[in-house]
Amino acid sequence: MSTVQGSPLEPKISSGFDAAERGSGGRGESQGRIVFKRFLKNRVSVVALVVYLGIIVFSISAIGLGPIPGWWHYSYSQLNPQLNQGAPTVSASGFGEHPFGQDRIGRDYFALTMRGIQNSVLVMLVIGVFATVLGVIVGAVAGYFRGWVDAVLMRITDVFIVSPALVIGAVVGKTSNGLGAFGLAVLLGLVSWMVIARLVRAEFLTLREREFVEAARVAGASDGRIIFRHILPNAVGVIIVSSTLLIASAILLETAISYLGYGIKSPDSSLGLLIGSNQSAFATRPYLFWWPATFIVLLALCVNFVGDGLRDAFDPQQRRFSIRRTKEVDEVIAGQPLTDVGLPSEKD
Amino acid sequence: MVSFIARRVVVSVLILIAASFIMYVLAASAGNPLQDLQGSLSPNRQALIDARVQTQHLDLAPPLRWVLWLGGVAKCVVPVAGGCDLGTTFQNQAVTDLLPQAMGSTLQLVTTAFVLAIVLGIGLGIVTALRVYSGFDYTVTLISFFLFSLPSFLVAVLLKSFIALNYNNFLANPHLPPLALLVTGVIVGAILQLLVGGPWRRRLYVFLGSGLFTGAILWYMSVSGWFIRPSLGPVAVIVLTAGIGFAIVAVLAGLRNRRAWITAGINVLVAIIAYFSLQWLFNISSAGTLVFLAVITLAVGIASGAIVGGPDRGLMMRIGGITSVLVGGIVLLDRFMQSWYSYSNDIGGRPIATVGSQTPSLGGNVWITGIDSFTHLILPTISLLLISFASYTRYSRSGMLEVLNQDYVRTARAKGLPERSVIVRHAFRNMLIPIATLIATDVGALLGGAIITESVFAISGMGNLFNIGLGRTDVNPVMGYFLVIAITAIAFNFLADLAYAALDPRVRVR
Repeated sequence: MSTVQGSPLEPKISSGFDAAERGSGGRGESQGRIVFKRFLKNRVSVVALVVYLGIIVFSISAIGLGPIPGWWHYSYSQLNPQLNQGAPTVSASGFGEHPFGQDRIGRDYFALTMRGIQNSVLVMLVIGVFATVLGVIVGAVAGYFRGWVDAVLMRITDVFIVSPALVIGAVVGKTSNGLGAFGLAVLLGLVSWMVIARLVRAEFLTLREREFVEAARVAGASDGRIIFRHILPNAVGVIIVSSTLLIASAILLETAISYLGYGIKSPDSSLGLLIGSNQSAFATRPYLFWWPATFIVLLALCVNFVGDGLRDAFDPQQRRFSIRRTKEVDEVIAGQPLTDVGLPSEKD
Repeated sequence: MVSFIARRVVVSVLILIAASFIMYVLAASAGNPLQDLQGSLSPNRQALIDARVQTQHLDLAPPLRWVLWLGGVAKCVVPVAGGCDLGTTFQNQAVTDLLPQAMGSTLQLVTTAFVLAIVLGIGLGIVTALRVYSGFDYTVTLISFFLFSLPSFLVAVLLKSFIALNYNNFLANPHLPPLALLVTGVIVGAILQLLVGGPWRRRLYVFLGSGLFTGAILWYMSVSGWFIRPSLGPVAVIVLTAGIGFAIVAVLAGLRNRRAWITAGINVLVAIIAYFSLQWLFNISSAGTLVFLAVITLAVGIASGAIVGGPDRGLMMRIGGITSVLVGGIVLLDRFMQSWYSYSNDIGGRPIATVGSQTPSLGGNVWITGIDSFTHLILPTISLLLISFASYTRYSRSGMLEVLNQDYVRTARAKGLPERSVIVRHAFRNMLIPIATLIATDVGALLGGAIITESVFAISGMGNLFNIGLGRTDVNPVMGYFLVIAITAIAFNFLADLAYAALDPRVRVR
């Protein structure tokens, strides 16, 4: 799969870089720095990252975080008298009293939307962290040890992957009733790790056969050290890219679940919940729909662009067609070692 | 091979049992199944609660209930035990009775969207790959990223509250203002000039020509009241069928293939004759007649290809079959349009529906009911289409790019094959191999329906069965839903692997 011909004792080679490219830096730049520079060249992704961080900072500074107050004078749960039938007051000259308008019971929609952004971002990041950690551990152990450990872990993965994300997410979301946004996110993370586990396993299955692993083993390194210090840094590109894409789908999952009413519940706020609870008012107060909709699309779009930029930065050969990698060939042989089957041209 | 399949089936059954346990326990502990009754004011409240506890075994712990449920499922597998038992809902309906209905309306909803998404997605993906790093490519990439980031409920709610409402309002006074004509013309022209590419002069001509043509057509439609009484009429039928024949010949065989011209010509002629001579039959048609006619059409197409034959008989039969089905579709479309006005009047002049999958107690012949399903399913279909179509575009674009870099494509070019056959006969087919596995996996997920879309448009399919069941913590319909989608997903994953092995000889099944 990989084309690297690196020296055996140099573990920090990410797959996809050839010797010429590393030499081109010439000043002994680290791998991370090369990737970072390549990412910065991708204008769209950088802008997306800046917008994404900007939205988060704006929402946190506006209504504060937890006990810390923000600069906005209304809270998202406070009921206010209806002004001008709840119409939005934002304009070129300033924010006005209720910039995004008010909902039916008079809550300030700007504060609600900001709170929704916070919750949705919290959920997507927590899902990303939990799913990545779990997926990496399962995939690494399965791919490194192979044999029955691999068989058992992959069958467990199959058990979880049988039901679509939205189905198991809705059930888990309903179960998490009362745990709040963080609890919901943790539970969702516990059922979203499967794709990453499969990718990491596939990566480990090829990396473990390489010379630098052999060298580390001969030098007496323990299994844990080989996994975490030698193989994992080489798989970091795959991990970062796939967890970014997972985060992009996580925000859509959270908003969908909250829209159906199984996720975050009123009086707390989520972007999906805001749309779900205000869709019947579309004809009379369309802005109740447009504000959260804009932010959902903006956040998801930004993360998708960042993920795309990261993929290009880690894998300049543009091997974007990854069905074969995600859909493991060895499923065909149900648990036998990967070396028996597959695409010879890819493994040479 | 047999031992491979046997092993795979055993493993799948074990996975299914384990997954159903997790699902059952989670769903059963997701909420309070007695909530609706405990809040009710009915005098026999306690009796109702007792009855539900009794029938649903709510006094047992979820794992024990799962064992009971699994026992019922086992009866479905063992034929002698008799009677499949997936439990009952809170309304005492057997889940085994609900599932077939729900599957029916889900399939009706998702099939069109699925087929259209594949055809359009793959087509667009190929065109972007052929025009890679052009303005068109960047535009499509940007749009597909946008569609990726669009939650399905957002699209559904927007279509429902925006398109349906505005189009129905528009029909009350169907006149397009000049500005709308101008904007549409500019947009269509801009898209087509990107698609055609090439030097700026050619693009300018394409832009002006297509833009003016679109504007003129729309103006004519607006003036002649086409939106109230849509129809194709003889001229449009002839032009469209001939155009379809031309396009198919151009893509599949090349314009210099005389036999291909003859095959397509026969089918176009048959369709035009049928259009003029079969209207009386259409007027008395039922759904059965239409299916019969469709089969005849396909048979005529394939037979004409076989007769014209020549050295490339398989290709001719394919051209005949595809042409006959498409031009037959045009004739059928014209007949449906003829019934539009009376349907629209029956329904009160606001034809595009936003709820349900049919108008209750609407009589009428096959044309009227056909239009009725069309007006109900068009919006959910569009919303499903928009989302899945983006991913097919991306996959087929990168698949095509990968294939075009292969050595055998260079060989094909080097030996002097025209670009058309390099792409259609060498690149396209190999590109389809990975897409085929993707499609097989997606078919497995089809029956799962569209939980969100079905809930927004109130269509009582599989997704709604799940959603309503979960909302009430009614475990049996949720588990019935889970069982169907899990079995189809596993089965089609298996098929996808077999298909991959069959299509790509480098992969071996053991």
